[in-house]
Amino acid sequence: MLETFQLQKLPAEAEALRAPLRALLHNLVGDLSPSQRARSWMGCDRSLSRALGKAGYLGLTLPAQYGGRETDAFARFVILEELLAIGAPVASHWIADRQSGPLILHYGTEAQRQKYLPGIASGELAFCIGMSEPGSGSDLASVRSRAERTTNGWKLNGQKIWTTNAIHGDYMIALVRTSGKTEDRHKGLSQFIVDLRAPGVTVRPIRDLTGDEHFAEIFLEDVELTEGSLVGDEGAGWSQVTAELAFERSGPERIYSSIVLLDAWIAHLKTHERYDSSTAALVGRLTAEMAVLRTMSISVTSRLAAGEQPVIEASIVKDAGTGFEQSIPTLIADDLASHPEDMASDELLRTLFYVTQIAPTFSLRGGTREILRGIIARGLGLR
Amino acid sequence: MDTMLLDQFNRLLDDVCSPADVRSAQETDSPKYDAIWSSISESGFLDAMVSEEHDGAGLSLNDMFPLILAVGERAMPLPLMETMVARALLAESMDDLPEGPIAVGDLRSGHSHLIPGGAAARFVLTDTGDRIALFDVGGMSNSSPGIHGSLASQFSLGKGVEPLATARRPESGLLSLGAIIGSGLIAGAATRVLDMTVSYANERVQFGKPIGKQQIIQQNLAVMAEQTIMARMAAQIGCSGGLEPDLAAAAVAKQTGSSVAAAIANSAHAVHGAIGVSEEYDLQLLTRYLHELRMAYGSETYWARILGSQHLQSDAESSVDYIRAIA
Repeated sequence: MLETFQLQKLPAEAEALRAPLRALLHNLVGDLSPSQRARSWMGCDRSLSRALGKAGYLGLTLPAQYGGRETDAFARFVILEELLAIGAPVASHWIADRQSGPLILHYGTEAQRQKYLPGIASGELAFCIGMSEPGSGSDLASVRSRAERTTNGWKLNGQKIWTTNAIHGDYMIALVRTSGKTEDRHKGLSQFIVDLRAPGVTVRPIRDLTGDEHFAEIFLEDVELTEGSLVGDEGAGWSQVTAELAFERSGPERIYSSIVLLDAWIAHLKTHERYDSSTAALVGRLTAEMAVLRTMSISVTSRLAAGEQPVIEASIVKDAGTGFEQSIPTLIADDLASHPEDMASDELLRTLFYVTQIAPTFSLRGGTREILRGIIARGLGLR
Repeated sequence: MDTMLLDQFNRLLDDVCSPADVRSAQETDSPKYDAIWSSISESGFLDAMVSEEHDGAGLSLNDMFPLILAVGERAMPLPLMETMVARALLAESMDDLPEGPIAVGDLRSGHSHLIPGGAAARFVLTDTGDRIALFDVGGMSNSSPGIHGSLASQFSLGKGVEPLATARRPESGLLSLGAIIGSGLIAGAATRVLDMTVSYANERVQFGKPIGKQQIIQQNLAVMAEQTIMARMAAQIGCSGGLEPDLAAAAVAKQTGSSVAAAIANSAHAVHGAIGVSEEYDLQLLTRYLHELRMAYGSETYWARILGSQHLQSDAESSVDYIRAIA
């Protein structure tokens, strides 16, 4: 586990993607305010996703026959890093590009690949992941939504909740029970692609504490699913979901969620020429932590590029990374309010409060801190 | 890094730097470390980083990373890594490298930081601002605070003392190299401490089961593992620049290492309970070492200030651009 974390440089081919993307992003999102950009991968702009798809920045690891670019995880890292550093509103394609695309490529049928992957690579299709339910949060294996066999497919009933991006989404990949009972835990779970516009699907937005509607509850009432909606093998849902986690937990989005705020604060310090030693120490502490976390994320990326599933290592990146992201608004709030002589702009304060309020989600989405630490402990050989 | 060489180095350290050897070297009244030194000296490893042109093995600091970890894992009481780096730096301008441990410090303020193993040093390599200069400890006043079981000391330079030799100074200063060595030793010691603590948690039974089955212990050990990995990663960032390290990379290395060292030591003691603070149990050799290394060559805030000032003065477009240039 410790040996996975080896310092690694990003390959030159991947680095070469940076400058042209940055130029494109300056045109597309350069005018957004910091408080808008702070929403980053929670901010949704379908036209931006299409533009990125058109310019070749999505579907990086997918084969060319499905509209993909056939590059590697390193190229994807560079592109994500640029998108996050500027705070581009990428929610529309984020989940499909990160998880749903690779999942369908790996476990899907040829028909599913042809149906969904080109739309994912072009930024046309938005996916969401239906995992949590009212009674199933961290205890994901207790999901109750259920698909029953019919003569020509499946009939789905149940409810999903806290589903990020469901309001703007086209499809949901849902983890539901296809056999057995809740007590059977990991056995009998399967993944389905559900059209969010299908009869019987009701998506109701849930307003969050920032005033945004980034997640939703989804009601599933006698939803008819075709035979071709099942992803992978019936009953193999749990192991398929677990394999996705390494993709979901190790990326730069687990380090950079507060980066727009950090940069807005550094700009504020420069404006007020506040370079005293305690300010410098705070900037330095955050800089060092971010630099180290970034190299950790790159080292896990290299395992993904090698075709491995570093689930424990990804959990380490996510737990350490989200702790860092969450510390930023807390530290900056203290700094600003302990220097009343330097007036903070309204925009900086809006950015600070948005990030402060949304920060608790950083360590909830994609697996809670407590669950991740349990996984890491098992990796250490405990229990 | 050649694994045969690493195996050979590990065997050497197993022979000469066992916990019993460390205790004996750190005996308060009569420290005995000559045997450790003479064996290592005879092994030829001291010139691992000296260039091949000067009859060394020509390994880079990056190549040395696993060896630095190995030294840290054993709580090496002597300034071994410091001596190896010093010899590599001095080889260019000295035909006959001096016999004996060399401490590394920055004495421009008139005195050094607390230097681990300083009491055992025969020489001190210092930074003069434009060169680095080697002094015999005879020309220094060496103040050992008398900390129990510690060979750490602070040096002050006597008046009118001439250096034995001078050599080209690394651009980012000698303390940068000290900081990188310190971060690597912290990473090694942290790795060993984590290992010991996980084993102990799996063995120690309370409430009818190993304490490692308790979720709270698991959570604490998971955090300790993250901190250990951060220290290891940071030390690699430091080592990647070789003997001409980037100042920011050195700062990242030591800021990170120092900021986790005390936390790791504290978590380990919390899990071990009373046995952990007993003299006969080996954990204390490593946790004392971690606390000493945390302060050596500048603590987390010392390096955070340097890094933060550089970041604030830079014209990088974003924080991401700034850190990308470091590693």
